Amino acid sequence: MKPDFDQFEDLPGTTIFTIEKAREGFHFNEFCMSLRKEENRKRFLADERSYLDEWEMTEDQKQAVLTRDFQKMLDSGGNVYFLSKIFAAEGLSYVQAVSTMTDMDVKEYQAMMLSGGRNIEGWRSKKERGEA
Amino acid sequence: MAKITAGIATSHVPAVGAAIDMGRTEEDYWKPMFEGYEFSKNWIKDNNPDVAIIVYNDHASYFGMEIMPTFAVGVAESFEICDEGYGPRPVPSVEGAPELATHLAASLILDDFDLTVLNVLEVDHGLTVPMSLMFGTPDKWPTKVIPLAVNVVMYPQPSGERCLSIGKAIGRAVAEFDEGLNVQIWGTGGMSHQIQGARAGLINLPWDQKFMDDLINEPEVLQYKPHLEYMREAGSEGVELIMWLIMRGALGDQVEEVYRFNHVPASNTSVGHLILTPKDVA
Ligand SMILES: [Fe+2]
Repeated sequence: MKPDFDQFEDLPGTTIFTIEKAREGFHFNEFCMSLRKEENRKRFLADERSYLDEWEMTEDQKQAVLTRDFQKMLDSGGNVYFLSKIFAAEGLSYVQAVSTMTDMDVKEYQAMMLSGGRNIEGWRSKKERGEA
Repeated sequence: MAKITAGIATSHVPAVGAAIDMGRTEEDYWKPMFEGYEFSKNWIKDNNPDVAIIVYNDHASYFGMEIMPTFAVGVAESFEICDEGYGPRPVPSVEGAPELATHLAASLILDDFDLTVLNVLEVDHGLTVPMSLMFGTPDKWPTKVIPLAVNVVMYPQPSGERCLSIGKAIGRAVAEFDEGLNVQIWGTGGMSHQIQGARAGLINLPWDQKFMDDLINEPEVLQYKPHLEYMREAGSEGVELIMWLIMRGALGDQVEEVYRFNHVPASNTSVGHLILTPKDVA
């Protein structure tokens, strides 16, 4: 069966981690995996730039990490489970990190979750939203 | 002969594990969710399995991108707990069931499911949070476990049809094992959640509930639901729900619904939980 990667482009505010994206993000995600070790977390937090320079990552990917721009990390081949190693190193929760990708601050995001989460109405497709 | 006596489905939210590990289950935020599992903790005391086949996914905890198996079975004597970035969860290591696991892996491969065999595996919250929800905080887990890891992180994930059919093959393989064992199959992950992008926080409870109904009553129809629909309707990470189809496939044509629970939210996630038993089991 011929893969259809384009089908996901209609999903608003969503980056699907495809096998192609995984290739693009391979070295970046390897860096993330290295943070499963406590000694590496310490080394990374002590000097992020030199730790990042040990990896075959693009400058864009490194900048995204340094500025904690999680959306940019996703766009350049990162996947949230890998990225979680970055925010876990700083002791942040998924909610704290994930909310930064939305247009809400963490308080507003938590309030949305407590009231039942983001309502899907209006969030099904870019076409429906007039974005495509 | 070994027998699959029940199927359990449950979300495996990492924050739920953290709440248990930090003793926060009585807090206002968490209490209603944990109360929903009280029935199940009591139920499993009376229905403790010899072996639980736990279908779960690794979250970049043991597998990175160097090797990404679609289906992989852990056949080891025991499985250690991963450090997911916060230090390993303070839970007991997980005891394996090598004899049934090797029989299962061999049966599935001979049935044309090209499995990866894992003689070494560390398990993450995907497997341990369901155990904590069902068993609480014992010093030693009361069941042996066969981990079945499924790639749900990278597209293409296995199709729904493939998941239902590997579940059916698991049911056959267990029934053909000579030792008389009480075996459960657990399907974990879901329900609706999205933990990335501008659409993060998406929850679709009506869709989740319909999914539960269809899983119970019409798995033969549900298996054809495309990945795109899971991602659109239940969020990018909602696609984990294909793992529930594996559990359902192993239970046979008809099931009894013993218990059902839904709760929103746990962290970013709609929590769903089912206990099902096969109808031909007295
Ligand atoms: Fe998961």
